[in-house]
Formats: sequence, C-alpha cells, structure tokens
Amino acid sequence: MVLVTGNATAEALREAPVKGRSLWQDARARFFRNRAAVGGLIVLALVSLFAIFGQSFAAWSNEDIDWALLGNVETQGMPSFANGHYFGVDELGRDLYARVVQGTQVSLMVGVIGALIAVFFGTLYGAIAGYVGGRVDSIMMRFVDILMAIPYMFVLILLLVVFGRSLFMLFVGIGLFSWMDMSRIARGQTLSIKNKEFVEAAIATGVPTFTIILRHIVPNLLGVVIVYATLLVPNMILYESFISFLGLGVQEPNTSWGALINDGASQMQYGTLWQIGFPLFFFVVTLFAFFFVGDGLRDALDPKDR
Amino acid sequence: MINLILRRLFVAIPTLLILIIATFLLMYAAPGGPFTTERPLPPEVLANIEAKYGLDQPLYVQITRYITNVVTQFDFGPSFIYKDQDVNDIIAQGFPVTLTYGVWSFVVAVIVGVTLGVAAAVYHNSWLDYLAVGVSVGAQVLPNFVMAPILVLIFTLWLGWLPGGGWQGGSWPYVIMPVIALSTSFMASIARITRSSMLEVLNANFIRTARAKGLPMRRVIFRHALKPAMLPVISYLGPTFVGMITGSVVIDVYFSTGGIGQFFVNSALNRDYGVMMGITILMGVLTVLLNLMVDILYAWIDPKIRY
Amino acid sequence: MNIKTAFALTLTAAFLSTTAPLLAETMHPVTGEKLSDNQTLTYRLLDQFPTLDPQLNEETSGFHVIRDLFEGLLSQDENGNLIPGVATEWAASNGNTTWTFTLREDAKWSNGDPVTAGDFVYGWQRAADPATASPYAWYVELTSMVNAAEIIAGDMDPSTLGVKALDDYTLEVSLTQPLPYFPAMTTYGTLFPAHQATIEEHGSEWTAPGNIVSNGAFVLTELKLNEFHTREKNPMYWDADNVILEKVTGLIINDANQALTRYFAGELDYMDDLPPGRLPSLQADYPDEAFVVPRLCSYYYAFNHTDTGHPALQDERVREALSMSIDRDVITQNVLKGGQLAAYNFTHAATAGFEMPEIEYGTWSQAERDAKAKELMADAGWGTGGEPLNLKLIYNTSESHKAIATVVSQMWRQKLGVTTELANFEWKTYLEIRGNQEFDIGRSAWCGDYNEASTFLDLVTTTHGANDGKYSNARVDELMAASKTAENPQEMYTEVEQILADEMGIAPIYHYTQSFMKKPDIKGWPLNNVENNWYSKNHYRVASE
Repeated sequence: MVLVTGNATAEALREAPVKGRSLWQDARARFFRNRAAVGGLIVLALVSLFAIFGQSFAAWSNEDIDWALLGNVETQGMPSFANGHYFGVDELGRDLYARVVQGTQVSLMVGVIGALIAVFFGTLYGAIAGYVGGRVDSIMMRFVDILMAIPYMFVLILLLVVFGRSLFMLFVGIGLFSWMDMSRIARGQTLSIKNKEFVEAAIATGVPTFTIILRHIVPNLLGVVIVYATLLVPNMILYESFISFLGLGVQEPNTSWGALINDGASQMQYGTLWQIGFPLFFFVVTLFAFFFVGDGLRDALDPKDR
Repeated sequence: MINLILRRLFVAIPTLLILIIATFLLMYAAPGGPFTTERPLPPEVLANIEAKYGLDQPLYVQITRYITNVVTQFDFGPSFIYKDQDVNDIIAQGFPVTLTYGVWSFVVAVIVGVTLGVAAAVYHNSWLDYLAVGVSVGAQVLPNFVMAPILVLIFTLWLGWLPGGGWQGGSWPYVIMPVIALSTSFMASIARITRSSMLEVLNANFIRTARAKGLPMRRVIFRHALKPAMLPVISYLGPTFVGMITGSVVIDVYFSTGGIGQFFVNSALNRDYGVMMGITILMGVLTVLLNLMVDILYAWIDPKIRY
Repeated sequence: MNIKTAFALTLTAAFLSTTAPLLAETMHPVTGEKLSDNQTLTYRLLDQFPTLDPQLNEETSGFHVIRDLFEGLLSQDENGNLIPGVATEWAASNGNTTWTFTLREDAKWSNGDPVTAGDFVYGWQRAADPATASPYAWYVELTSMVNAAEIIAGDMDPSTLGVKALDDYTLEVSLTQPLPYFPAMTTYGTLFPAHQATIEEHGSEWTAPGNIVSNGAFVLTELKLNEFHTREKNPMYWDADNVILEKVTGLIINDANQALTRYFAGELDYMDDLPPGRLPSLQADYPDEAFVVPRLCSYYYAFNHTDTGHPALQDERVREALSMSIDRDVITQNVLKGGQLAAYNFTHAATAGFEMPEIEYGTWSQAERDAKAKELMADAGWGTGGEPLNLKLIYNTSESHKAIATVVSQMWRQKLGVTTELANFEWKTYLEIRGNQEFDIGRSAWCGDYNEASTFLDLVTTTHGANDGKYSNARVDELMAASKTAENPQEMYTEVEQILADEMGIAPIYHYTQSFMKKPDIKGWPLNNVENNWYSKNHYRVASE
C-alpha cells in the first residue's frame, strides 16, 4: 500500500518538474534525512503488512461467530490469547483481530485512493481554473459551487440504484466529493503564483500554457496539496462509513475502520473498551504516520529550498 | 472590486437555477418518494395527497411553479413530512441554531488553529512544534460521533456541569459541548494548513531578507509573513464554513439541538422534497457568498491577484 | 403571547381555587399515596413527530402526544379496555350498523367552547375529505361509515358521510356493514373531534403552540422541531381535578445510548426503547426501573416467492430448512436480549383473543430442528453436498437488523452450507427494492394497527400491499375474507397460521417487546396495554420518602 502511494506521488512529480533527475534525487535524499518522515514510512509499511499478512496469524476468520461468546461479550469477550481472540471480540462474538485486519485493508485503500483522486483531479482542475482565469475560471468555479451545494446523498443513492454495489462504485462515490475543496485551494494558490516573475518569464519565452501549468504552477502547489491530502485521508476513511450507511459501501461481513469505530463508540460506555480501542489505535497510528510522511515530502519538495 | 461583486451576483442567478433544476431531477430520480411507506397507501388516498402537493403535475410544471413561488413570494412551499410546518418555518427555526454554534465553532477553530499553526512553524522542530502537531493530529482522529458521547459522559453524567442536550434558545450551557465537538477537527485542519503554509513563507526570499536586515522576529511574522501564509487557510475556510452547516448533523443528532444539519439529512432520507430544496438553495446561496468573500480576501492579501 | 399569558393566569386561578383542601391535594385521590410537589414528567422521543393534527397523523410517535391533547368518544384504560371519553354512553341498533353515542355536557375545548357532536362530525368529514388529503383517510373507510369510500375517491361530497349530530350531545353513525368493534375504533386519533373555527383561522399551522385549541387533558405549550415540546395541564378539561401531572416534556434524542446516559444523569423520567442488548444488565442493576412489556409487532424474513427470487425458494423443503435452522433463542437471548419472544408463527402471541396454534417445529428442540433442516436441504439437493446455494438477504440500515442478518447468515452457512450476500439500504431505497421483489430473503416486520389477529394475517393474503414476498395461497385468502364477518374468526386465524407454517410462507423470527427505564417515583404507567397507549392523565409522581 505504502509503496503504491510512494510510487504514485513519485510519478506525479516525475511528470511535473522534468528538470533532470538530480532534483528528484535531491528531494529523495532530503526526505530520507528526515527521521520523522522515515519513521512514518516504516509505520505505514508495518500497517500495510498487517493488512496484507495479518490474517495468516489469526485464529478466526472475520465472519465466524464464536457462539460461546455471543451474548456475554461484556464479561468474556475481552482480548485473550487463550481463545485466540487477540483483540477480543465484537458485539456479535466475531474475532476483532481478524476484523481489524480486514478493515485495515478497506480503509487504507479508501483513504489513499480518495486522497489521490483529490490530489490529481482537484489540483489540476484548480490550477487550470486559476491560471487561465477569466470566463473559464468563472464557469469552472461555479460548477464547483453547484457540486458543493447539491444534495450529495441523492447522488450516492442514485449511484447505488443505477450501478449496484461494488468496491469500484465506493471509490467513485468517494472520489466525486473529495476533490472540490482541493480544487478551490489549488486555484487560490495559483492566482497568487501566476503573478510571480518565473511564471511571467515562462510566458514571455513562449512556453505553452499547459506546460506552464504542469511545470511551474503545480510544483509550487505541492506543499499545500500534500498537507491537504493528509488531512483528507481521515475524512475519507470516516466518510466511507456514511456511504456504507446508505448502502453503497462495504457490506457485512466485511468491515472498515469507520464501521468498527462507530460500533465501538456506541458500546464504549458499557465497558467493552477494546472494541473501540484497537480500531482507533490503528487509525491514530496511521494518521500520524501519514502526517509525518506528508510533512517530510513537503519539506523535501519545497522549491524554495532548492 | 464593486465590479467583481456585481458580476458574481449576476452569475449567481444562473448558478442557482442550474442547482435547483439539477436537485429536482436528482430527487425525482431517487427511489421512493415522501409518501412511500411500508404499508402502501390505497391509490385514491395517494392520489389525493399527490394532488394536494402538486406532484400529479409534469415535472417541468412543478419546477416552474416552485421557482415562481420562490422568486415572487419568497415561499419555499410546505414540508412534505412535517405537515404542520412550511419550509420557511423550518429553516427559520433550524438555521439560527446552526449558525450560532457554527459561528462559535468557526471562531474557536480559527483562533486556536491559526495560533497553534503559527507557533509550530515559527518554532519548527521544537517541542512546541511537536506538541502542536500532536494536538492537531490527535484532535482530528477523534471523530465527532466519538467525541460527542464522551463529552456527554464526562460533563453531564459524571460531573453534572452541563445539560446533555437541547438548545433552549442558545443559552450558553447548551452551546458549549456542540462547539467543542464541532470545532476540534476543523481546528486541527486549520492548524496544519497554517503550519505548512507558514513554513513555506518563512523560507521565502523576502522573509529571509527581512530577517537578514535584522528586523525582530515578532515583527517579521505579523507584518510580513502572516498575511501571505493565510492564503491557503482562507481557501480552506470558505467551503469549510458551508460544510460546518450541513456537516453538523452529528451535532444535532447527539445534542438534540434542532439545527439545520439534521433537517438536511432527514429530508434526504425521508424524501421531503420541500425541505430538501429549501436547504439546498440556502446552501447554494451560502456557497456563492462565501466563495465571493474568499475571492475578495485574496485580493486583499495579494493585491496583484486579478480575476 | 397573549394566549400564553391568559393561560398562565387561568392556571394560577385554578391553583388558587383549589388551595383550600391543601392536604387532600398532596394525596393521590384513589391510592392515597403522598404526591410530590414536582408534578412534571420528562420522556424521550426517538424522532420528531410529523404532525399533531389528529386527522393527518399516521405515526405512533405523534399519536402518543395527540392522545394527551385530544380526547375521542372513547378511551382505553391501562389494560387496553374501553372506557368513556367524551361519550358517556353508546349503543348499537339495526344489527350493529347504527351506533349512537351520548356525549357528556361538561366537555370543553381549551378555549372554553363546549365539545359538541358537531365537532366530531366536522373532524370525521375532514378526515375523509380529499382536500385534507390525509394519509389515514383509509381508516375512515375501514370503519365502513356510509359513503366514506366514495368521498375519499372524490365521487361524493364530504357532508354525505354517514355521521350526524342529532343534537349537540348525540352523535349517530351509520355503517354499511355490521361492525361490533366500531366503538373501539373511535379511540384512534383519526376519529377525534376538531375545532372548526381554529382550523379555519390558522390553516395548516393551527396546531402550533398558541394557535391550538384542543379538548384533552393537556394543551401544547411549546414545540421546537427535533428538540423538544411541552404540554401542560388543561384547566378546561372536564376531568381536570383528577389530572395530577402539571407538565409533560418530550425530548427528542435519536441515539438510544445517548438517551440512556441522559436518563442516568437525571434528565429523563422515562425512556424507551433501550439500546439492543442492554436490558439484562439494567434489570440486574435497576430492578425497580427496567421494564419490558409485549408490543404488537412481529419480525420475520420474507421469502421471495416470485420468479425474480432464487428458484430454490420455490421448494417448500428449502424454505423449511432455512427457517428451521434459524436459532431464534440465540437471536432473542444472546443478540437482542430485550425479552423478545422466539416466534414460529406470525401473529403476536399477546394479541387479544388470539389462540396460539400448535406449530409442530416450534415445539422441537433446536437440535431436532437443525437435524430436520439438514435432512430437508439434502433432499432438496442444495447446500452442503448439493448444488451451491447463494441467497441475497436484504435489510434496511440499522444495528439490530445487521446483527440478526449476520447471525442468521452464519447459521445457514454453518448448518446448511448456504451462503448469503448481505445487502443494506437506506429505508426508502429498501422499500423500493423489496417492493420490486429484487431479493431472495427480505427482512420485514409488521405492527398491528389494532389489537386483533387479522391486522397481522391480512398481510399474507395475495393482494396485500405489504406482502412483498408475494406469498399466495387460495385457502388463506378465502379464510381471511370469510373471517371479516364470521361469528368466530379465531378458528380461521388458527387455520391460516397452520397453513403458513406448513408451507413456510415466511420465516417468523420473533415477537416484539418494548423495554424501557422509568424512574420509580413515576406511577400509573400501564404495563398491560399491548398497544402501548399511555395517557399522561393517569400518571403521577409520588413524593420521595
């Protein structure tokens, strides 16, 4: 999972400032000098490994009910190595370890893909609108206004009814609503950047518009884009549980961090704290890791440092 | 500037029209209607109801009639579910509630968030930075549906300091927990955007020059760095404020505040076409106005910006 | 504002005039218990009720409030028996097709106007009038009142409805067919009286606090949607001297866990439904406060009998195997834990007059049922050892539906080798999907409209609108049609249940209960009314010792 993110971002960058490999290598060197960022990367790798290989260490599957525990989860469902429920069981006596493993797969994917859609589409959209300006900007941004105000629940319900339920449709549902804020932020920055000397110089030398956007505007947006992307990840992960509420998302017996945290939260006042504790722990650790990786990337890519 | 405002307000008209028509189409395309129930109504009863609400008319007639009523009489029609209320009443009751705790949350989130972000950037990689990062990431991972019950457990059940819900016209004991629950994650986001933007600005040449000239740090920050650093924060705040209004459903549900967020979600789930349209238009107007304000602020921050 | 002030003054006046026998006032007139000075009651509502207009209402949540604000011809006591309301006497003639009600002369509206027979005529005509467009207009038709159906269809004028005021205090109702239980039907809100002048003055906003004129024991004094409402004692009510509570507040709290927390924080005197699974521990810790009573609803899984369903479901053996392998005791005792009754038939066991049929597989042990289920499934050639069977099980989004679907799907997988694809939908989409038969197994539930078995069993007739599995049996249709005018319909109900169980037309799962927490100083709560109709005028708070 992490490798995918890393590569994807790398590709995005390679596409953008093609000023030679050395700059990219520079950035990579800078990134790996940042201890917190490397730490975050390692944690993300560990969480991904947990998601991929965690099930092999599980004594139970994510759907099997431990009938002996169903009905007395509060008193006997706590984490225990004796019965193989390392993380305890959920309200229905299902192994929480196996469910967290499987929920991690879903939520990591949702978070990363949601953020990637926002980064690619939102940044490009905002940069084009901001750079071209005038009527194009006006139309593009009014379109975003409409999308922001439209009752998204109907859109999600229609997606479900028309296309049915699938992992792909979940990503469409998430992607549809993740990029708009990003595009507004990117446009705001672009409005300011396009008056900078280096852009004016590029225009004067006759560089085509689209090349200017890709080579000069987008790289300068990356700092704020990366920060915003790391902010989006948790939102996307929680948004998934709302989409699932409408029926479009992940279905039982499969689960996700959002669903697990939601279930755990409703039970927390009755003493089954492990039910919220474990999923929340993974959520928190992953978000910190994303933060430090994002911060490291931002530092490494800051064009002013070059 | 006046020119920009006038142009925008003019463009707002077609924008809202498209929004209304698109929402109408979406609502009618969605399965089920306001009178779909588990025990289907006898056809003649259903026919009477549809006639009363004009649902027996072709869609374009309904849309035209709706728009005419809104434009000429500012009448958003009846609620299809709350039969004793019309949409104007519902918005008049719910919107001030949401606006009150929304504005408070916004103010708290901006003040705390910007302060934390600036402090973290200025003292980059110091304990203050780590603390700010820790607080802001921590605040973001506690979703408000986890936070709300925890707050009620602590402040209502254990300490007995605050009422567990209700609004009572917005008297302060009822406002505190909604504001805490709503502002935390926004505060965290603002802090992190401010921090990164500030770091970037502090690295910029003109700040380095200013510091090289020996200007005191405090003055560099407040006179030179803060303004440009606010640009992405402001981009973020526009949509966020609108998001706070509709995204407040969790607050309304957990604290029984009676705000617009719950009406928004319920009207979609109940297919209450009237309330849904009313709130969507409200959202549209707010979005247009706030994004206009954001653009005006851009021009104030960076006078070189032209639209 | 003026009305409110005036109202406050009347309240004060009423209080002053009765301060003389102060000692007597603090005792309950019947039980002699010492009453608290604080006669208020605060309870939880799950959702905002859509309307307080008696003729427009169709929801239980609204009816709880309407019963306090308005009074019909007859009311129910704590056991659900009929007692006089506005009417003091009622009699049938013409072989139960004409009913005459004598109204009490001291009944008043909250503005002081007398409640007359004309107010009932107006209210009932209003309920049937197409212009009112009441979703519950069919209830008027259900009473068989003369011309009701024609008025609703728009073919006749509302004034032709078979109800007239012989004088101010005598009401005469004409029916098209003999209906021995007609008086019981007048306890429902649709047939409450209405105050014409108020409705004509304020239109659709006549129920707003300040506008509303009502004839019940309480009047609405405040209402904030999705937040709360209050109703206060109506000094004009004819029996106001025996109404002890001064103020009732309903708080809207969607989340049951949140409501429970607030109950323990002392913000609520009464809260129902407890969150799933909480009842046993609450009963152990608070034996005086946790209660469970039967509730006239039945939970079942519908099999799709049409050709859009899985072909295996056409096989009776498959349906039987699926139903028998559901361990209802696990669901009621280990999942829901709310005292629900494991069900092997459809009609709720507590339904008045209903004779529980002898359903054979219901008397077996679960081990016997499992063994039989495996045998049947093997015979049919599906599941373990046979052809793989994968069923689509749909339910609407809710924690407990999810829990039951999960548990059942595991039972089927482990016992029968039948796999399921679970699918949840938000409510309206769910109704559409289920109504279009786009499922194999559909979660369903049905609540009785009235306390009689036909309210359940009509659902399994071929043409019933909520029979989404499209179960159909000619004999069942015939029996249910005949039961309407039968001398002893109970035998027919028993036979219908028997057929339903033999063919396993649906898989019954459990019969509902209502579980709630109530502060021990609140007294007079009805524990034997299966429709859970409670009237605040019967409640009171005793002084703490």
